[in-house]
Amino acid sequence: MRLDLVLLAALMAAVTYPSRAVPLLAPGLERLPPRAFAYLRLVGPGALAALAAVNVAVVTDAARHGSLHVGVEWLAVGACLAVVALRRNLFLGLCLAVAIAAGSRALGLA
Amino acid sequence: MSGVAPGTRAEVRASRRRLVADGLGIAVSTGAFGLVYGLAARQAGFSLLAAMAASVVVLAGASQFAAVGMVAQGVPWIAILPLTAMLNARHLLYSAALGPWLRDRPGIQRVAMAHVLTDETFALSLPHFRRIGRADGPGYWLASSFVVGPWIVATGLGYLASGAVPDPTRIGLDIVFPAAMGGLAVALVSQRRELVAAVVAAGLAVGVSLVSDPAVGIVVGGVVGPLVALAVPPGRDARPLGGSPGSLGGSPGSGPPRAGEDPTIGVAL
Repeated sequence: MRLDLVLLAALMAAVTYPSRAVPLLAPGLERLPPRAFAYLRLVGPGALAALAAVNVAVVTDAARHGSLHVGVEWLAVGACLAVVALRRNLFLGLCLAVAIAAGSRALGLA
Repeated sequence: MSGVAPGTRAEVRASRRRLVADGLGIAVSTGAFGLVYGLAARQAGFSLLAAMAASVVVLAGASQFAAVGMVAQGVPWIAILPLTAMLNARHLLYSAALGPWLRDRPGIQRVAMAHVLTDETFALSLPHFRRIGRADGPGYWLASSFVVGPWIVATGLGYLASGAVPDPTRIGLDIVFPAAMGGLAVALVSQRRELVAAVVAAGLAVGVSLVSDPAVGIVVGGVVGPLVALAVPPGRDARPLGGSPGSLGGSPGSGPPRAGEDPTIGVAL
């Protein structure tokens, strides 16, 4: 058991925290031009869509090289998005996505 | 909400209930992967203290998993730290997007809020703010609790339970994270620009990930997608994906408060 890894955790936190805190703590944010506010409004859907797409469509090897993945995960996530768009119910969408993924794998389809 | 009026107490309560409903699935998924992380950390030689410390102070699953793998392979710390910074660079976008909403919070509170700013905290709190037309401190902490608690507790349980940890992929829980992020992105789309931002960001992120690192792809997509969308005329509100009272996404036009305006009043951008 390596206690020195506590120090590694602290260093990882030290390089992570600035990206979380700097824009949040920066003075003068309220003086940004309207165009910048318009941009920031679009960051939410953009960043979340990017995160979802990469998680479902890209797999990485040990060297972190990405390759395209096409599988039942696309169907599962697509079903969740459809439920959210049509019924506005994320929890129901997540349940459906999990059922599709788990069911397909149990049946050997994925 | 009307789209300009701040949320009443009843609307805030309704929006928080929606936040809880959205957060439950995320909490289950986070807990399952926390168990796996605890197990992986143990197998990589982490002490319980080190595994727990990472989950408390780093609080970023992807980079923690990457670090465990690299420690197990004997990769030097000097290589682990830049990768950690790169993997977590996307938080810059979240922080910048939430900044205008939270600018009136006391500085010390924002210091603490920054620490718990994860993918999930952002994804749950931003729609909540937009639904009620203003920031909501308790709502933010509530959103973060669906990640922080399960992740830390499950890390410890996974470490201690060792071989009893199930594989989340066998029961489909690996799908919860991308489905939740995608679903919450859909919920934020109320105008043509937001739709363009999401679609372009997703396409760019995948494309860049295939020729570079996925962490780079996410950041490039998250930065460039909204830039491209700015070139698109806003168009009229697309209410089916927008917001009605208590809806998932938020009322169209209820962006963060701007300078010189009452922060309790939602402002159309």
